[in-house]
Amino acid sequence: MKKFISEGGLVLPLDRANVDTDYIIPKQFLKSIKRTGFGKNLFDEARYLDKGLPDADCSGRPINPDFVMNQSRYKGVSILLARENFGCGSSREHAPWALDDYGFRCVIAPSFADIFFNNCVKNGILLIVLKDKIVDKLFSETAANEGYRLAVDLPSQTITTPSGETIAFEIEESRKNILLNGLDDISLTLQNKEDIQAYETGWQQKSPWLFSQLGS
Amino acid sequence: MAGLTLYDKLWESHLVKNLEDGTSLIYIDLHFLHEVTSPQAFEGLRLAGRKPWRAGANMATPDHNVPTTKDERSRGVEGILDPTSKIQVKSLDSNCLEFGISEFQIDDPRHGIVHVIGPEQGRTLPGMTIVCGDSHTSTHGALGALAHGIGTSEVEHVLATQCLVQKKAKNMLIKVNGQLNPGVTAKDVVLAIIGHIGTAGGTGYTIEFGGEAIQSLSVEGRMTVCNMAIEAGARAGIVAVDEKTIEYVKGRPFAPTGATWDLAEAAWRDLVSDADAVFDAVVELEASDIVPQVSWGTSPEMVAPVTGNVPDPASMSNESKRNNYQQALKYMGLQAGVPIQSIQLDRVFIGSCTNSRIEDLRAAAAVVKGRKVAANIKEALVVPGSGLVKTQAELEGLDKIFTEAGLQWREPGCSMCLAMNADQLGEGEHCASTSNRNFEGRQGFGGRTHLVSPAMAAAAAVHGHFVDIREVELS
Ligand code: SF4
Repeated sequence: MKKFISEGGLVLPLDRANVDTDYIIPKQFLKSIKRTGFGKNLFDEARYLDKGLPDADCSGRPINPDFVMNQSRYKGVSILLARENFGCGSSREHAPWALDDYGFRCVIAPSFADIFFNNCVKNGILLIVLKDKIVDKLFSETAANEGYRLAVDLPSQTITTPSGETIAFEIEESRKNILLNGLDDISLTLQNKEDIQAYETGWQQKSPWLFSQLGS
Repeated sequence: MAGLTLYDKLWESHLVKNLEDGTSLIYIDLHFLHEVTSPQAFEGLRLAGRKPWRAGANMATPDHNVPTTKDERSRGVEGILDPTSKIQVKSLDSNCLEFGISEFQIDDPRHGIVHVIGPEQGRTLPGMTIVCGDSHTSTHGALGALAHGIGTSEVEHVLATQCLVQKKAKNMLIKVNGQLNPGVTAKDVVLAIIGHIGTAGGTGYTIEFGGEAIQSLSVEGRMTVCNMAIEAGARAGIVAVDEKTIEYVKGRPFAPTGATWDLAEAAWRDLVSDADAVFDAVVELEASDIVPQVSWGTSPEMVAPVTGNVPDPASMSNESKRNNYQQALKYMGLQAGVPIQSIQLDRVFIGSCTNSRIEDLRAAAAVVKGRKVAANIKEALVVPGSGLVKTQAELEGLDKIFTEAGLQWREPGCSMCLAMNADQLGEGEHCASTSNRNFEGRQGFGGRTHLVSPAMAAAAAVHGHFVDIREVELS
């Protein structure tokens, strides 16, 4: 799995609460059976003025100039600054795949939806939860300063602003470990193979009906 | 020591082990798969040379992008006109074959929306842990199972290990006291709950729905409530097992029988929160306060009573919320303050895993019987949740009632709930929908969704705008 250690990059401010995964990647792009290539359709409905079709070439599509990501100053962003409840709705992992494919390595917001959070960790994307007030401040600093960059460092759990201010953030130990080491969690789980088998045997004795669902 | 909540019990009975880093390994009894979130997981297994841990614990069906017209469906998978959808459905078929997973294929009479067919077949049983690469897996919690959505990496993980790495959530009890008024349904209850606690209100919790009003609901109604737990931010919603749960499960194709049934039933009777269990949060609502609900915005928390008006963002004290409301009104093309009943509609959709079971169709049919769809409604779809729901409805003559009133009777699938097939809203169109999400573009590019109950959607089809179902005479 992809690692996350640190990231220094331009910040994209997406000033909108409750951004759902339909908004991040609309359903017509979910017909792909691959994990890659979703970046060009990230935020598709906000980003382009026409209706996006799967497999279509996006280079000639009319761009929505009002959408923040289309402003030239935000070219090459890798850190997304967002509002509360980011990533709510559908469990589609296509959302983190699209963020990753576009080049985002880190998302900062006051809160995230549960399933989205897990899906990001599995794809090496760091999600940082900060207090509303701090997020507000980052929004105004990003807006006021063209070329605003943040340096995110996972080992020390800090974000450094252009003025040198550091902001500490919390992360669960388990998630930190997975991100820093890019661990393959299936292999990790299979290290407990004997425990799983022992559990399964006991559970089958206790609840045999769960293991004989053959249908009639 | 305080007693255990139902969630605590389900968690503890499935705990394989606590891991050093504070997470836990949880055993999964049943895994549902569909065509959209599984191809990359199967690909992952193939690349790593892995096999499913226990193939029999999985069950698959294509539902998200199957067409719903008779014409396309009469030719099975080959009849799917959209080439990318066809590839996805075919991939599910070939993956299931390759990995030995049982599947109800598109032309199986038992085919349908995965969250409708699981309980219908008796695959969903009380006390199970259930996951699926789909957030509305929470539906199955209505039967006293711990059920929630997962991402594709986790789909692969469950296939390979039969386990999920999890952190235990907190316990929330949402108690709906007293009796519901006539015309107020499970859908109105859950919309009112989400309106009350917000779409992030349940984040980090497993919600147990309880209280007299929830107990009075049928098991199908409880599925509607648990279905939308995710819209309240909770991954899982559950309802305690009672007589109705047991009656519901009994005799279903995959349910246990004979001596095993007796054993199972005895175990299931314990699937309730202990009287002295402690919840981290408790929210109480009075059933008598709940009136039929209509969503006016682009988030399921943006709901109003059918007798109310579209709210004014200016009345919001919180700035971020004010902006949010303004964006929603702009997208919906609505003015603050207009009565909900004055919103003109273009389409009606009755279906989805929230409301496509037989009771939902009966409720809708009772409203449209002997009436006609209003002239301004371009299209009104009724999409049963499964092949068996469809057959049952036809036995009862509901299909005739719908078609005589001018609604279309379709083949089962997710359909316009997420519009991955040809069933879509046009730009700017307003739709009365029994589904669960009113996000921007959810039902079609530029489409405007209003979430309502089946009876409210049916009444809206007849009148061309929302009406208070409590004032509609039913046949
Ligand atoms: S009916 Fe809608 S919500 Fe339910 S599984 Fe299908 S797409 Fe998802």
